[in-house]
Amino acid sequence: MLGLSKKDLTFLLIVAVLTLCAPFLLNPFPTDSAMAQFNAGYPDLMQRFVIFGIFAIGFNILFGLTGYLSFGHAAFLGVGSYSAVWMFKLLSMNVLPAILLSMIIAGLFSVLIGFVSLRRSGIYFSILTLAFAQMSFNLAYSVLTPITNGETGLQLTLDDPRVLGQSATPQGGIPVTSLFGIEMRATHELAVGGWTFQFNAGYYLCAIVMILAFYVALRIFRSPFGLMLRAVKSNQNRLNYTGLNPKPYTLAAFVISGVYAGLAGGLLASMDPLAGAERMQWTASGEVVLMTILGGAGTMIGPVLGAGFIKYFENIFSKINDTVLHQWFAFMPDGMEDFFVFLLHPFVGKGWHLTLGILFMLVVTFLPGGLVEGGQRIARLLRRERTDSNDRPDPEHHPRETPHVAE
Amino acid sequence: MGILEVKGVNKRFGGLQALGDVNLSVAENTVHAIIGPNGAGKSTLLNCLVGKLIPDTGSVMFDGQSVLGRTPYEINQMGISRVFQTPEIFGDLTVFENMVIPAFAKRDGAFRMHAFESVANEKDICIMAEQMLVDVNMQDKMHMHSASLSRGDKRRLEMAMCLLQEPRLLLLDEPTAGMARADTNNTIDLLKEIKQKRDITIAIIEHDMHVVFSLADRITVLAQGTPLVEDVPENIRGNPKVREAYLGEAA
Ligand SMILES: Nc1ncnc2c1ncn2[C@@H]1O[C@H](COP(=O)(O)OP(=O)(O)O)[C@@H](O)[C@H]1O
Ligand SMILES: [Mg+2]
Repeated sequence: MLGLSKKDLTFLLIVAVLTLCAPFLLNPFPTDSAMAQFNAGYPDLMQRFVIFGIFAIGFNILFGLTGYLSFGHAAFLGVGSYSAVWMFKLLSMNVLPAILLSMIIAGLFSVLIGFVSLRRSGIYFSILTLAFAQMSFNLAYSVLTPITNGETGLQLTLDDPRVLGQSATPQGGIPVTSLFGIEMRATHELAVGGWTFQFNAGYYLCAIVMILAFYVALRIFRSPFGLMLRAVKSNQNRLNYTGLNPKPYTLAAFVISGVYAGLAGGLLASMDPLAGAERMQWTASGEVVLMTILGGAGTMIGPVLGAGFIKYFENIFSKINDTVLHQWFAFMPDGMEDFFVFLLHPFVGKGWHLTLGILFMLVVTFLPGGLVEGGQRIARLLRRERTDSNDRPDPEHHPRETPHVAE
Repeated sequence: MGILEVKGVNKRFGGLQALGDVNLSVAENTVHAIIGPNGAGKSTLLNCLVGKLIPDTGSVMFDGQSVLGRTPYEINQMGISRVFQTPEIFGDLTVFENMVIPAFAKRDGAFRMHAFESVANEKDICIMAEQMLVDVNMQDKMHMHSASLSRGDKRRLEMAMCLLQEPRLLLLDEPTAGMARADTNNTIDLLKEIKQKRDITIAIIEHDMHVVFSLADRITVLAQGTPLVEDVPENIRGNPKVREAYLGEAA
């Protein structure tokens, strides 16, 4: 069904169900409990999870499949955001045309940047993409100010034309983004026992788009095109001598990942209609690289996991300050309490980067395949324990199983 | 007129004259062996035929068309396939996937964007790939990671990938180097069988004289970048110039 094998279909369904149930799954702690600050089930953060998930899924089509490491993909995200905000300013507050324009403009942009950057490979390709992105970032701050509104960032105002909508609401405010009348900020709260779950229209739009994006990526991974991309990564020389031109394949992958980035940028602007140049900065480009590698480059679900992980740390760990730590260790004698707070202090609050950095180093060192490999190892351990009593064939003399890109 | 005509090819690497005025004519549907001591320029010559290197002077014609100035994939699409001295395969892919790629190249040309079909649904491609694996007796290794194959099997896989494209000219650079005797004999049998089944021209570089004399219709001896003699195998065996070239190397 849907052009997928049974295994992939199950996989897609699991991802879809988990994504759609996220408001429950990410809020495991009762609202009043001390652990409530670890809850991630609020609209703002959930939107970020799936939007950056989309960004990383797209990035993985380029990096995971072809091995071309772009350090400039945030530029496409930024371009997508600007396009969407312009659509809100000029056309209407409907997110659909805005998102479409984001994808188109980011796509055109990536054709240009990809065409030039892909003349080189390896580190030179990475540097070229980085240079282009930094150039876009600096231009956005300087000569392109009429389009980007420079440092302030592009925002909606009361005198935007919005030809198909209204410049201002009857109350005199700036209208909000919506999808055919459903406001993106609309949130339904559900209180069950001590828990509060929030269902946000914007999140569900992003979630559905992410499931679609995931589905498209899954099809690409299984397609002859996807196989060619993996061949590009494996041995371009052989590809050339097999009568295949690697260039258009890599460029297509580059543009597809650019469109994904534009889509993510458009969604970001649809949830919160402003766009700033900092979205294009190299740190933002680096972030998606980290997400992909942390989760597992070349795997289907890895980039989404990586995106979730990093966004979780950024938003949750950064909020744990010394006051919170003191609360946690309040039950201890004073000296010990201070000691533990002192010990943990560098790793939380503003120090969340340190925690993430250490985590990243551990993953890359011990799990080169990222979090996905970690999951696979655990699964294998469990399976082995179950079958240990039976005769196990000698693993040394068994043909190595093919690693499956789906996992 | 041979299917491959090399005329007056020169190639220098800095001060080194790797190829000096090479003329070579390979007749259609024959096996032409190129032998010579190490460093004679055999691999360099092949590189000039497939677009990896561009000769400084001279011309290379395949089936009446010049290959010079064309990219390797264009030359391959003209009908020339090449097996490398060190096997060039897709090490990250399975043996089966390795075979599927040339099948697509053969059917669809240099670029086609099927991003939404699934490889498993391309029945004709899968059948082609599987059949070729059966032909080279590697069907039991179909789902193995190709990087974990033995060196001999990697060569066999690479050869199968080339044969699947049904090239008109197959270039083999020391295809049996590093193979066990049995594998070498299998390779000879495979090439003989392919030769029997369909029209194919083979140019083979080989050190193993057993292979050369089992397969070749004509032999060119290359020494220091220049063809020394070209003749049928019987005459090469006793040729004093050839002995000198090889003995010169040994001394
Ligand atoms: N890319 C290159 N750059 C410089 N010298 C090269 C290059 N390729 C080959 N050579 C030199 O050209 C000569 C012929 O090499 P090659 O064609 O590989 O010999 P053969 O395959 O007959 O053993 C050797 O001396 C080798 O060192
Ligand atoms: Mg050689």
